[in-house]
Amino acid sequence: MHVAITGAVIDTARIMDEIRAGADGAICTFDGIVRNNTRGRQTLFLDYEAYEAMALQQMQGLANEALTKFSVRDIALVHRLGRLHVGESSVLIVVASAHRGAAFDACRWLIDTLKKTVPIWKKEQFVDGAVWADGEPFPEEIVPSSELQK
Amino acid sequence: MRVQVLYFGVLKDLFKREREDLHLADESSVGDLMTLLKGPASAQAGLWKSIAVAVNQEYVQSAALLHDGDEVALLPPVSGGLKEGH
Repeated sequence: MHVAITGAVIDTARIMDEIRAGADGAICTFDGIVRNNTRGRQTLFLDYEAYEAMALQQMQGLANEALTKFSVRDIALVHRLGRLHVGESSVLIVVASAHRGAAFDACRWLIDTLKKTVPIWKKEQFVDGAVWADGEPFPEEIVPSSELQK
Repeated sequence: MRVQVLYFGVLKDLFKREREDLHLADESSVGDLMTLLKGPASAQAGLWKSIAVAVNQEYVQSAALLHDGDEVALLPPVSGGLKEGH
């Protein structure tokens, strides 16, 4: 299992090579890329930041959970932080498995869950201003439920 | 007791700081701390309802009790991975 947070360019080819093994019938890769616009507004770059120690721990937890939940053989999960420009990869997920179904399912579950629970944020710089991207709502069991929140 | 509070994302801009040490009454809960901090952020009621709290890097509920030396992180909805958009 390879789980990392990095400030450097994610080397997709190298990570895929390292994970490959004889028992695999499928390797499913998800590469999250900085798009050139949000709702038509032109993006210059994104600044990613994290609560790094917790984010890494959460990512390790997700990778371990996915290994068990989907019975896949191995997983690489890498997130980049700092300033990313259009076309660069912010997140890479590689799932190696004997069969493709489990690899697809684990890959999808990993990105969907990461986006809801791993403490990473991005500020989006447009040609005409900057905003913190709207996050996905936390799962209900995470948000503190309390009368004070009313 | 004293706890260290960490602010992330939009909360860092809102509170104009990344971290601070706060003195709290013994037996204070996460909910008590949030009530205390809600004042400066009251204009952001929608955001405030959506944040999560981590104590020593674990998500907690508002009833959780704080202890001297705890690291308490206020986390706005996360936006890692790729962008959403339409």
